[in-house]
Amino acid sequence: MANWTEQKAHIAEAELTLIKGGSGKPLLMLHDELGFPGWMQWNDELAADRAFVIPLQPGYGKTPRLEWIRSFRDLAGLYSMAVRELGLDPVDVVAFSAGGFIAAEMVAADPKIFDHLILVGPMGLKPEKGEIWDIFPVTIRTHLRATVADPGTTEFGSIYGGEMTPEQFEAFEDARAESARIGWEPYMHNPSLPYLLRGVKNVPTLLVRGSEDRIVPAGCIAAYTKAIDGARAVEIANVGHRPEIENSAEFVKIVQEFLAS
Amino acid sequence: MQISYFTERPYRGLDEDEILKNKAYFAVPNALFDREQAANDYNYYLDEYCYAEELGFDAVALNEHHGNPFCMGSVMNVEASILARITNKVRIVLIGNPLPVLKHPLRMAEELAEIDLISRGRLVTGWVRGAGSEQFFNNANPAYNREMFNEAHDFIVQAWTKPGPWRYEGKHFHYRHVNPWALPYQKPHPPMWIPGVLSPETARWCAEHRYPYLGLGTALGPTCDLWDFYADEAAKHGYQAGPENFGYLIPTFLAETEEKAQEIGKNFVFGGGQNAFSRPEHTLPPGYNSKGAIRMLAKHPGGSWLGVSPEKLRAHSDGGRPDTTDFDTVRQKLLKGYGKAQRNLQLLIGTPESVLPKAKTLLRVLRPSIFVFFNIQGPVGDEDRKTSMRLIAQELTPQLREYAKEIDLVDPFERTPGSVAYRNGVTRDPVVDREPLAALGMAG
Repeated sequence: MANWTEQKAHIAEAELTLIKGGSGKPLLMLHDELGFPGWMQWNDELAADRAFVIPLQPGYGKTPRLEWIRSFRDLAGLYSMAVRELGLDPVDVVAFSAGGFIAAEMVAADPKIFDHLILVGPMGLKPEKGEIWDIFPVTIRTHLRATVADPGTTEFGSIYGGEMTPEQFEAFEDARAESARIGWEPYMHNPSLPYLLRGVKNVPTLLVRGSEDRIVPAGCIAAYTKAIDGARAVEIANVGHRPEIENSAEFVKIVQEFLAS
Repeated sequence: MQISYFTERPYRGLDEDEILKNKAYFAVPNALFDREQAANDYNYYLDEYCYAEELGFDAVALNEHHGNPFCMGSVMNVEASILARITNKVRIVLIGNPLPVLKHPLRMAEELAEIDLISRGRLVTGWVRGAGSEQFFNNANPAYNREMFNEAHDFIVQAWTKPGPWRYEGKHFHYRHVNPWALPYQKPHPPMWIPGVLSPETARWCAEHRYPYLGLGTALGPTCDLWDFYADEAAKHGYQAGPENFGYLIPTFLAETEEKAQEIGKNFVFGGGQNAFSRPEHTLPPGYNSKGAIRMLAKHPGGSWLGVSPEKLRAHSDGGRPDTTDFDTVRQKLLKGYGKAQRNLQLLIGTPESVLPKAKTLLRVLRPSIFVFFNIQGPVGDEDRKTSMRLIAQELTPQLREYAKEIDLVDPFERTPGSVAYRNGVTRDPVVDREPLAALGMAG
């Protein structure tokens, strides 16, 4: 297990909590709408030669909420500032679900910010077909179960198994509240984003999706491949919205190959 | 003492099994809607409010819910407008307009001004945040609910009192030209009474604005605690709270015999009653509750009504209530709750004689100067509904008015809320009397 630590960075009056672990070339990770689930197997494997930098989203408990952030674009602006101020740019990024939405906004505003862009089950664009599953009018447990094809997956159980503690309940409510605050309407996408993404050239982009993903439909991937020049899509069979925990070996292999390209 | 009449205006054509199958009133498919039934119900309820006036109630109260057969008042201001014209002397109390979900405070200011003008100053307007389900129905961002509530309220008061035209650039609302031609009949504006289900944030806000707070059938012990909290907050703002600051709404059904009242009274739990207003996932939209409230809920779930019961909270984290198609078992469980609610004085069911001491206990404990009788839910016929109203008005109310006088329940029209100065260093006057609670088996 790689060593990881929690640090603070002061960016634009924000006290951003960062998780840092591993060594080597920096790899920015943007967590999904449920928050950082903890250091997982896939983190550990990639951390052998990559130094993870994982900002914890404002409003998600450890990083205080910022009143002025009212959209994913606002949040992307803050993260872009953080990447520059931390001297990371250009950086490789792996971004999950709503984190993918943030990364897409970042690259649309500044294509030079990323070296490699990996979006895993990304929200942010209106799907060409289907709908992004509405995470708000469901119970927490229903939401969690919908993120995986098999709730029996070992790592899924280690994160979410057992009785929900009051602290977990509060953390989930924080996450849901912040997602609603910035992604309620239009629901988890930005209609202007596809047009701005067309200005992104020469940024190697990989779109990863689990074949059984119930949260983000294939139509989102189609919209991204259309919007980002040269974007490539891969599908991991028999997994849902969390390929990194449902088939971490395959996920790590795909990510490593892509980052080495 | 202000005695008010209230009904949720339930849609009376729905098979109970459909509600039980859906596990709530909200989200019952509207394929089951019958136009004739609804037309009859809407017209009947308007007539019923006129009957309330005829019977001598001081006020008629309306509320608003969306997409829900539990309450047909989906656009309450429409009903209030009609009542403004077809009634003559009752106050028209709105408890209340859900400001954050309606999203257009200038329009609201205009609508209410018209109602107040047509009624020649009989409007009492109240505000609510809207139930959780209404955030979904109206696509109103629940994470900004409280902010939008506060901003909309402040804007409306300004729209009614600050000479126009002026421009408004707020956080959630923006107007280029604020200059409503129609201003309220009452100066500076209609009184405001705020209904609630024991949110301390709302009580604090009411105390700050010197608005009466109306508990919606809330449990007695916690209601006493909240009244005390309100009074403490009031003292911080330099005034002594009294009965003029408090109101209470109580579900009540009377009949000529105890047996009949008990039988028909069961309709308060028809389909699950108020606890089946909406399913857990619709009751707790993200960000709707403050962080403090979420923390408290996670550790000490409580409350009822449209609030959050321990069961509902558990269901929220567990994924919903278990499926059951055995509706008879569900009904038996509901009936147990029916008995318990009566013992806890959260439901008044019976004859005028059997209900009088209970109603007096409520007045004694909570000392509200606004007392709102909430008529029966479910598919109860017009005549039974009207009989209950008549018995309340003619046989219960006169004695309650006497008692209110005896224990000095001064209402907001007799004494302006917030007008009694609080002197620093002096213990504030009590606002509740907990003594009878012990005899009822509730914490004193």
